[in-house]
Amino acid sequence: MSISVNGSAAELPEDPRVSLLDFLRERLQLHGTKKGCDQGACGACTVLADGERILSCLALAVQYDGRSVTTIEGLASDGELHPLQQAFIDRDGFQCGYCTPGQICSAAGMAGEARRGVPSHVTADLSAGEVALSRDELRERMSGNLCRCGAHNGIIAAIAEIYAAEAVR
Amino acid sequence: MKLFTYTRPAGPEDALRQGAADGARYLGGGTNLVDLMRETIEQPGVLIDVTGLPGAIEETAGGGLLLGAAARNTAVAEHRAVRTRYPMLARAIVAGASPQIRNMATVAGNLLQRTRCAYFYDHAGSRCNKRVPGQGCDAIEGFNREHAILGTSPACVATHPSDMCVALAALDAVVHTRSADGGRTVPLTELHRLPGDHPEIETVLQPGELITAVELPALPLAARSTYRKVRDRASYAFALVSVAAALDTDGGAVRDVRLALGGVATKPWRAWRAEEALRGRPASADTFRAAAEAELADARPLADNAFKVELAKRTITAVLEGLAGGGA
Repeated sequence: MSISVNGSAAELPEDPRVSLLDFLRERLQLHGTKKGCDQGACGACTVLADGERILSCLALAVQYDGRSVTTIEGLASDGELHPLQQAFIDRDGFQCGYCTPGQICSAAGMAGEARRGVPSHVTADLSAGEVALSRDELRERMSGNLCRCGAHNGIIAAIAEIYAAEAVR
Repeated sequence: MKLFTYTRPAGPEDALRQGAADGARYLGGGTNLVDLMRETIEQPGVLIDVTGLPGAIEETAGGGLLLGAAARNTAVAEHRAVRTRYPMLARAIVAGASPQIRNMATVAGNLLQRTRCAYFYDHAGSRCNKRVPGQGCDAIEGFNREHAILGTSPACVATHPSDMCVALAALDAVVHTRSADGGRTVPLTELHRLPGDHPEIETVLQPGELITAVELPALPLAARSTYRKVRDRASYAFALVSVAAALDTDGGAVRDVRLALGGVATKPWRAWRAEEALRGRPASADTFRAAAEAELADARPLADNAFKVELAKRTITAVLEGLAGGGA
């Protein structure tokens, strides 16, 4: 059984109890992905599985056999920060930084969902195709990622800079 | 977490064969079961990962939709036919959990998720009849602000936590299952049991029985439907009260209606009494309020959750007024 993590193949653990989160952190030494609550309530462990944002704490690593996982370490390319990473720096999208990798992976997955028309709780018109990302949309769509420092305004400003409709940036 | 064997069946037949083993459980997205295993509340010896079984969303010959059991919650909410023909279902799904969890969670897993009653989770310090049958319930005399007011028993007052199931209850959804004896269908409203004396038995499914799909029948009035969820914070919280409703009016009268409640009952609660009190009557605030009163007549509030009675009545009335006024 094997998994692709940030483009590199890795052997999955024999013990099926190992969560994807612990596998990334303890076996692959990819410490960017964080363990917050370890019960699906905080979003700190968010990674992308085949481009979809998921919670790695509630995922058993063996379930992701054959899948392609991207963590915060895999977002930058050739030494260039991902635009979201730069925007978080520019907009003070963090204080202690613990939730930041999850926030950034979540935002990257969120953009794909909005592009293909996945509605949110605040989407008024369900028949629309691509959803225009207003600030209300961004706040709702990022509500699975908590920031105990309270940097949410900077976080939303950073994400809006990259993905929001021009008028709400 | 107790050690278990993890398997990926080749298909439904293989899954059923493996599901017959003692201590076997089917695994969907894992968003509830993995958490409960970590807490040692669930201790399966065999986990059968059924996320590779059919999860397509297909049109049925009868003009409805068939949701494969392994379809992810996000896939259902974003499906164009769901958004346009069953908007209450799309709205219910995106009112639940978080986007990350909805990307993982499956249709069948959502149906079989367990209560979030804090006393059920507190295995070290509380009694719970769901967790240890016959042990007693510490919620009934405890902090029960979030607990049920309908369908309760002296053994259990825990709510069913799903938003999606509330919409499915309103939409006359039918659950398709397979077992060693063959296939059968169960109306969603009959899938979950009232707690009675045995709150540990939550559905009518037999051991090893596998949910393969959920069918939405053709229901034209559902095109004018919605889901409203009242909760303690704006997002990512379980319902205090939720209402799924579809309304069809004709000349100012209620021609047909579908209504179900979440957050207030021990199972996804189809509001049969309210529907009866609505059909054929004027589509007015007075009718809506009277129907809500009828549905909540048997509510049995606890020390901390009497507010849910009035909150449910007002939410039902407001949602129906919104639909009658042309809102969706």
